[in-house]
Amino acid sequence: MSARYGMVIDVDRCTGCGSCMMACAAENNVPALPQATARTGLTPLLVRKVSDGNHDESRREAFIPIMCMHCEHDTPCVKVCPQQAVEVDEATGIVMQMPQRCLGCRYCMTACPYHARYFNWWDPAWPPGMQKSLNPGVAVRMRGVVEKCNLCHARLHSAKEKAAGAGKREIDPADYVPACVEACPTNAIHFGDLANANDPVAKEAHSAQAFRLLARLGTEPKLYYKSNEAWVRALAEPNSPQASEVQRG
Amino acid sequence: MSKWRNSFVFAFGLAIALLVGWVVFPRVLYSHKHQPLDFLHKTHAEKSGVADCAECHTIREDGTFAGLPAVEKCAGCHSERVGESKAEAILVDSYIKPGHDTPWLVYARQPANVWFSHAIHVKRANLSCTECHSTYGESDRVRVYEVNRISGYSRDIWGHSMSRLRSAPHEGMKMSDCENCHKQRNVEVGCLGCHQ
Repeated sequence: MSARYGMVIDVDRCTGCGSCMMACAAENNVPALPQATARTGLTPLLVRKVSDGNHDESRREAFIPIMCMHCEHDTPCVKVCPQQAVEVDEATGIVMQMPQRCLGCRYCMTACPYHARYFNWWDPAWPPGMQKSLNPGVAVRMRGVVEKCNLCHARLHSAKEKAAGAGKREIDPADYVPACVEACPTNAIHFGDLANANDPVAKEAHSAQAFRLLARLGTEPKLYYKSNEAWVRALAEPNSPQASEVQRG
Repeated sequence: MSKWRNSFVFAFGLAIALLVGWVVFPRVLYSHKHQPLDFLHKTHAEKSGVADCAECHTIREDGTFAGLPAVEKCAGCHSERVGESKAEAILVDSYIKPGHDTPWLVYARQPANVWFSHAIHVKRANLSCTECHSTYGESDRVRVYEVNRISGYSRDIWGHSMSRLRSAPHEGMKMSDCENCHKQRNVEVGCLGCHQ
């Protein structure tokens, strides 16, 4: 059976603490480079701060974690890649980036409407001794290739292996939980199979409070956001006056 | 005569180029390393009655591979020297008595970007060891470990035939070998199904 993994991020619950970013970096062997800046660093998951645009005491702010949205339809990065280094997995719906195939042209970074792709400007490096704590399930990326969120694929591998060991074909959903979901202290990120109508996350994605960023582009992203605040939901479309206030968190 | 001279020079150059490409380059490309001691699979199978790969190469209950046997496993039989051979002396004196694991060179080690699960292939697909590892378990000599000077990969990944025109499934461990087997069995996985 084919799954469509996706997330619903409850913006009202996000405190902007950054635990998800740290968990993501640790899980995916993201190097800690002192020379990296906000523009050149690797942040497959980035928490951005947004506001409603007011500059008086009525100002409201919120945090929106941005990562690969795993676009289902006409996936922009897949369409532009000259190397076939990205594909939408038929079985899981995950947009899979293959850094080993990437030639570093960065068309995909330009094509991605969410700026969720990052270029390795330097060879990976870690403080002395930290190499020993790298995740053996994730290959480190070399300089000159693009990377992004692969929905913690190493965890899917482990879940598959566990299922095979137990003689089952389907993985246990409890075995496949991305690192950011696990790390969130306020339980703001919900992960599940959107193709399964009984999955609570699939139900949540269809609630009235749920929205997707740039949904009008028609790329059918599988990352949903959720908020009770109308001004937050209005951020989903870029030409709204509120969105001009989006800044890096 | 001059009419044939150019053809002759061309044929000579072509022969040199083919010789360099097919004979000299493969030899230069791989550096040779030797295993720490001459381990013989055949001796263990015939004289010691080790009948099954899993007696030393443990596949755990959940199907995962436990890695190369630890030196304690060897010590089970070789706590003292069992023969007079040089390999026996190296094994007992250098590794078993000090308790150091033998630094075997692993012919089948895949590159770091490969995710391979023994559990899925052994438990779900019921593949036997020889499907991928050939009959190395019956070999009566220890092979030289050849390592690609550019990539650092073992020669077994490409396989021993340079042309790979008639490679049997177990003669190489390249991506195309995995793919062929997957195609035959109708098992489709995406890139990250086998890569990490």
